[in-house]
Amino acid sequence: MRNGPAGLCFILAVSLMAWTPASGASSQSRRSRADGLAAWRQVYSVLTHPRCINCHTASNYPQQGDDRRRHRFNVVRGPEGKGVPGLNCATCHQTANADSVGVPGGANWHLAPLSMAWQDRNDRILSSAAVCRALTDRKKNHNLDGPGLLKHHEDEALVRWGFEPGLRNDGAARTPPPLTYAEFVEATRRWVEAGTPCP
Amino acid sequence: MATYQLTVNNKRVEVAADPATPLLWVLREDAKLTGTKYGCGIGACGACTVHLDGVATRSCLVPVSMVGDRPVVTIEAIEGDPVGRAVQDAWIAHDVVQCGYCQSGQIMTAVALLKHNRRPTDANIEESMGANICRCGAYARIREAIKSATQRIG
Repeated sequence: MRNGPAGLCFILAVSLMAWTPASGASSQSRRSRADGLAAWRQVYSVLTHPRCINCHTASNYPQQGDDRRRHRFNVVRGPEGKGVPGLNCATCHQTANADSVGVPGGANWHLAPLSMAWQDRNDRILSSAAVCRALTDRKKNHNLDGPGLLKHHEDEALVRWGFEPGLRNDGAARTPPPLTYAEFVEATRRWVEAGTPCP
Repeated sequence: MATYQLTVNNKRVEVAADPATPLLWVLREDAKLTGTKYGCGIGACGACTVHLDGVATRSCLVPVSMVGDRPVVTIEAIEGDPVGRAVQDAWIAHDVVQCGYCQSGQIMTAVALLKHNRRPTDANIEESMGANICRCGAYARIREAIKSATQRIG
């Protein structure tokens, strides 16, 4: 879905290469748990922003808008998180924002898997601790370790989209998350270097 | 204005258009393929559905600059596809069409469904066709025609 086995292996390999004892262990030792938790609070503020959580739903459909309403047009999740034949995400979402018509877009537009839902079945945002536990559970997160999570935040096109979400069809800019992309990546880095502590 | 080389119904089409021009208007105004209809202009009704690289796509929402080299298939050429032919035959057999305005979009979406799922359940049909609006309310006949088309495809 998000990555095939080959893609995951590649991500993991690159992540491990980046996580060398010389850089990683020394950085980790420099970061206290308190530093890590402070960084996590910043990360959490982004993950639970509508630009992110609207596609990290616990439901059979994506959400949209700052009020996180159900996606229009009876769009459903589908078996791979990309809608269903005839009504795929790509039926409307292209590989880049189409600002002239107000449709957001990015490469491989899709929903996050249900294992990465950051809300409950009643549409309530999960607690900081619950999101952190899910995000760091390698049985749920495509087997990503800390460096893998950092790389995901650095490289995933749809993560980057959240910070450049384009224009709505009324011409107004979509609300971006509370951090800039650079701040978000840096907060993730500090959290990872502290050993991905959870509240 | 910019010039774009599109592949529409297996033919090369050169158009000069503003990059933001929706594919729908390039098809209708430049390629003169008027079978694809303008309904709502916001992707809500499905009347403008075409196949873009095999994916049912709302042509009113795709700027021509984003089409690239992906082939476009419209209602005018769908009979050349065995599934398309089967769907059109089923549409005729079940007398689906009333006013007909939405039907090219309905057929393009139904073909996309049946190309991926030869035995759709009622729930599959509702999920795939649920964003194609028919103001005449021909939904029951559309569903029966899709089921009938599955028999024709074999």
